[in-house]
Amino acid sequence: MSLTAKDKDVVKALWAKISKSADAIGAEALSRMLSVYPQTKTYFSHWPDLSPGSASVKAHGKRVMGGVALGVSKIDDLTNGLLDLSEQHAFQLRVDPANFKILSHCILVVIATMFAKEFTPEAHVALDKFLVALSLALAEKYR
Amino acid sequence: MVEWTDFERATIADIFSKMEYEVIGPAALSRCLVVYPWTQRYFGNFGNLYNAAAIIGNPMVAKHGTTILHGLDRAVKNMDNIKSEYAELSVLHSEKLHVDPDNFKLLSDCLTIVVSAKLGKEFNGEVQAAFQKFLAVVVTSLGRQYH
Repeated sequence: MSLTAKDKDVVKALWAKISKSADAIGAEALSRMLSVYPQTKTYFSHWPDLSPGSASVKAHGKRVMGGVALGVSKIDDLTNGLLDLSEQHAFQLRVDPANFKILSHCILVVIATMFAKEFTPEAHVALDKFLVALSLALAEKYR
Repeated sequence: MVEWTDFERATIADIFSKMEYEVIGPAALSRCLVVYPWTQRYFGNFGNLYNAAAIIGNPMVAKHGTTILHGLDRAVKNMDNIKSEYAELSVLHSEKLHVDPDNFKLLSDCLTIVVSAKLGKEFNGEVQAAFQKFLAVVVTSLGRQYH
């Protein structure tokens, strides 16, 4: 299920429209993930405040979307483009890759709430494929 | 037995009382057929599903989407007995329709996205959690009678 040329165009076009709100999307998606899928909180036991809108959540949401932005810029070669991030996740963070799917779903839901008109079925399938490819690239160095 | 909080019961009742079945049902099913094209395998006799526009404009898809969404009414009305409510439908999906139960999750994800697009900010984290919990129970019940 690799990204077609059309998928890449659709992702880039959608990103152009939503990237200004990337920080807000990241914070909201992360907040939702922590409350809808409480098992994900286990990765953040070192944070003083896990509540939605906390400084830690906002900062981390921004960082996550920075990774998504990087993915968009390296969309033609995600595996190589995300090598450093993959090493970080594999050897230091060691986040179970099943959680990438969970966070991706939350990102999609948040984009749907904020950009209902733009998030057509065609945009949805392209972005879903992109996030799957991004997750795979992120898991590249795991084993 | 599934335990529901007052908030969860109220949230589910509220979402479905305001539900525009003829809009949300078709939107969810057509989105599922576009985003997860392999789900089209169950709709061989629905005519033109060749591209997103055809799927979204297909009247059989629209009709079936509405039917599916109304199927959720039974769970909404009997949240304490969803498993037994759907026993027959589960047998139907397994024995007659031969639907891989993984597909129920795909459709429920699309329904979540369509509802979230409709409700916008109102569909906050707690509402999302309640809605997804409800759909998860429905999905489990629909897969229960498979063997």
